[in-house]
Amino acid sequence: MVEDLSVRLKAYEGRPAVLGGRGKDPVNSPMIRHWCEAMGDTNPAYTGPDAVAPPAMLQVWTMGGLSGHETRSPAYDELLALLDGAGCTSVVATDCEQEYLRALRPGDEITFDSVIESVSERKTTRLGTGYFVTTRMDVRVGEELVGTHRFRILKYAPAHAPRTPSSGTPLSGTPSHRTPSSTASPPRERPRRPRPVVNRDNAGFWEGISQHRLLIQRCADCATLRLPWLPGCNACGTAAWDTVEASGEGVVYSYVVMHHPPFPAFDPPYAVGLVELAEGVRMVSNVIGVPCDKVRIGLPVRLEFVRCDEELELPVFRAAEEGVVSA
Amino acid sequence: MRVGTGDVIPPLEIEITRTLVVAGAIASRDYQDVHHDPELARRRGSPDVFMNILTTNGLVGRYVTDHFGPDAVLRKVAIRLGAPNYPGDTMVLTGTVEATDGASVTVKVVGDNGVGRHVTGTVTLTLGEAG
Repeated sequence: MVEDLSVRLKAYEGRPAVLGGRGKDPVNSPMIRHWCEAMGDTNPAYTGPDAVAPPAMLQVWTMGGLSGHETRSPAYDELLALLDGAGCTSVVATDCEQEYLRALRPGDEITFDSVIESVSERKTTRLGTGYFVTTRMDVRVGEELVGTHRFRILKYAPAHAPRTPSSGTPLSGTPSHRTPSSTASPPRERPRRPRPVVNRDNAGFWEGISQHRLLIQRCADCATLRLPWLPGCNACGTAAWDTVEASGEGVVYSYVVMHHPPFPAFDPPYAVGLVELAEGVRMVSNVIGVPCDKVRIGLPVRLEFVRCDEELELPVFRAAEEGVVSA
Repeated sequence: MRVGTGDVIPPLEIEITRTLVVAGAIASRDYQDVHHDPELARRRGSPDVFMNILTTNGLVGRYVTDHFGPDAVLRKVAIRLGAPNYPGDTMVLTGTVEATDGASVTVKVVGDNGVGRHVTGTVTLTLGEAG
């Protein structure tokens, strides 16, 4: 499988990453000033009537900013999706090589094209195992090539969670984040969460979930509530039952934080709670909406439904906001 | 300016503040949440926000041109990142002239922080007429 993936990844070398990119703004003095202020760069070459842009801003003129770019090629999206699908959902920029052929001046209109220059073999690094993807961008003003920008990222499956920097020890992991593509468009072949086992005994529960209702079984005889669903009542043995709908309010009764092992469809660390519903029954699901080291026994949570993919929706529990004035 | 192989550029200490990390990210139009949102950075497995590569690139460029003066022109900057720059840390940039060729100078730059080596870089510049 690994060999097969390497071959598929190699096929992307030489294909475009960005076609017909266009800088959102011409080279301009305000952006230069903001950059120089942030960098603490007081070089007089970057101010005054004959100002040039700091050469290291080359990439800045090509950035999509908050609203993003739409010129990324399908080939590059596919490549990133393949890597996401292989579990390499984290990304970190590792290398940047720029060559400046001529100074950029306010008014210069930037265009750029980028090519997937290389995809490495599978590498195991301190951060985790993954692939280095190198792109090379040609930056132009009109027909003139004004600079080149080679950028290397590592797309990887994290080996382990980082320790805090305050410990003074070298990090065993490093910050990672997903590429915008992994959230913007559902990548193909991303590992899917395990499917629940749905059978005659619990089909009603999942039917309820599909309607955004969390249904609790109630014994028709002694009225004992039960969750998860079972064929008969644990209290009196009666097989007859009906349901009540959970209000959705609950508190964390107990919890664990999953760091390891990293299952493909999951993104550790994450908190798994045993939540006691207001109705008195308990249920296991993810606790979201709060850093996992802030999950506590007694934390108020509220039911929410999360769509994992086109066919799976799951009930989870979001930490209820504190300090909100209640009605 | 007389420049020779082996010349050492005086170190530059850069305090990694939250403001620097965020200002650098926004000035470089890099809105990845790990560079400005501590909570999301933590959720993604990082203890805090951390400096983006464009800021590191800019600081390396600034370090070299600060030393060689406004007539120096950057021709190439190539950097490789290692340990992240987190707020509260200090990065110390140091540089050594690796080669000279006429007006062209190649400088090896490293930046170390409390975690380890943040950046290793090679900067090529040409010195102005004054050089």
